[in-house]
Amino acid sequence: MLGEGILKGMAETARNFAGSFVSKERLTTVEYPEERIPTFENARVFPFLVYDTNDWEAGLRCVACQICEKECPPKCIYIDKSKDKKPDYAGKQQFYPTRFDIDISVCMSCQICVEVCPFEAIKMDTEFELATGDRFGGLLLDRKQLAKSNEYYHRIHPTEAAEVDVRLAEEKAKANAKAKAAADAAAAKAAAAKPAPHVEGAGD
Amino acid sequence: MTTPAATSAFLREKMEEGWNRPPIMEPDGEAELLEVAMGPHHPSTHGVFRMDLALDGERVIRLKPVFGYLHRNHEKIAEGVSYLASMPYTDRLDYICSLTNNWAYALAVEKLTGQEVPERAEYIRVILGELTRIQNHASSIGFLLQEMGASGTPLMYAFKEREKILDLFESLTGSRMMCNYMRFGGCRVDVSAAWLDAARKVVAGLPGFIDEFENLLSGNEILMARCQGVGILRPELAVNAGVTGPMLRGSGVNYDIRKIDHYGIYDRFRFRVPLGDHGDVYDRYMVRILEMRESIAILNQALKEIPGGSIMDPKAKIRGFRPKPGEAYGRIEAPKGELGFYLISDGGPNPYRYRVRPPSLINLTVLEDMCLGSNVADVVLIFGSVDIVLGEVDR
Repeated sequence: MLGEGILKGMAETARNFAGSFVSKERLTTVEYPEERIPTFENARVFPFLVYDTNDWEAGLRCVACQICEKECPPKCIYIDKSKDKKPDYAGKQQFYPTRFDIDISVCMSCQICVEVCPFEAIKMDTEFELATGDRFGGLLLDRKQLAKSNEYYHRIHPTEAAEVDVRLAEEKAKANAKAKAAADAAAAKAAAAKPAPHVEGAGD
Repeated sequence: MTTPAATSAFLREKMEEGWNRPPIMEPDGEAELLEVAMGPHHPSTHGVFRMDLALDGERVIRLKPVFGYLHRNHEKIAEGVSYLASMPYTDRLDYICSLTNNWAYALAVEKLTGQEVPERAEYIRVILGELTRIQNHASSIGFLLQEMGASGTPLMYAFKEREKILDLFESLTGSRMMCNYMRFGGCRVDVSAAWLDAARKVVAGLPGFIDEFENLLSGNEILMARCQGVGILRPELAVNAGVTGPMLRGSGVNYDIRKIDHYGIYDRFRFRVPLGDHGDVYDRYMVRILEMRESIAILNQALKEIPGGSIMDPKAKIRGFRPKPGEAYGRIEAPKGELGFYLISDGGPNPYRYRVRPPSLINLTVLEDMCLGSNVADVVLIFGSVDIVLGEVDR
């Protein structure tokens, strides 16, 4: 019968229309600024820098190795390396960035900087409401704006942050053990080199 | 007809059968032609694409496609950056289905460097590739029907389902459309058991969606009157022009790279390749719907059989690798057709030559042949049935 297909389609539309009053599944949209869909844990928007302790400047994990600057596909990261060194999380003397800018008007949220960072210093944020009236200065974030605490990182990516903490703790323990072994060896060597008459225990 | 000696026996035979373009249309009598520039901001052109039409009344006499408005130098940029840094750029080629773009590029680099992909990663790739195919076909037929005049409803139905698949992508890769997920020798993050359960749930709901969609419009008399017999693409022309994907299969040519190359692990799955019979807009629409059903069959098998294990080749390096001098061509059956990446390495950290073979661009070359003699309103329809994304056409 001519028109049967049309009627069948209309019935489908009517079912969806009536169904939207009773079934929550058929209503897929939300009124955005008032209502929000929770973001996924893995969601990524723009990068930020992680810092430990309470002092954002001293606690930055970044050691200004500039790998992310080199690997960034659209080249939106600008880093200046410091002249002096400061201790990092494991107590090792490292450089730090005197300038770390990300131009988020260029950034394409690919997270390659996160993947290549060997120090777990740069991670992806989930904050997306970043509209600003200042097109140039407002979108060029400096290291103070980029620095976010480790607690914040734990809040937005709990699983990933926990894994990172375990890895860093292991590395720190390894580094400490190595430093201790080196110190012991140095002490033993110093003791052995000394022409002292009593040397028992120096070889332990 | 003379045939050049260099052509193959197959082509020679076909050319003797009278294999050439349809005749150039001549206007009736003394009529003056009306030139119309359709686009680049016409809402039916899926982005910025212009067609220069010459009309005799309503009849299309000549159609000249003009593209390049979205050219962003993808190939040249890729020759200046490392292999890894091109991966996020491939997302932006065909931005509807970024995961299959990732896959084709990863395949080309794996061929170049000789990396192996673990079994679990292959399964993940198949699952994501088929989900991508479903959401691409859903949105493409949604747009096709929208252009036909069924404003809103079919597109919204398609997008409702697409949203569920994009949610799966986001929870796994972190981004809805620019996934940047596959890596040379595997995948970036492992799928969790919870994600697989969520994927199973979404896949279980897909047949219902396709049934609903078909009820809505497949049997609609107005749709049939608009689509059937419009924009016919003859199989000979389709093969000759290098058309691939649902467009080629809509014309009845049995050519699916999943069946021919068996790239990845596609030889393990049982699925059929739907073929059209007439090569018109309606056949291309139906082929896409049937392909979605076959994709669901693949997904059900893959989600059942997915093994454990690692997802990265232990030898694979993310950065700082230099493939030996040589060349490689990796191709996959992307939702729109054959997507290939051709790479030449000179032993350096970035490719010496990087070439994309985009299905959209090559499918678009037969547009004039399909449109000649039809109405302007049908041009919109035929163009919609080609299913292009301008990001891939212009690169």
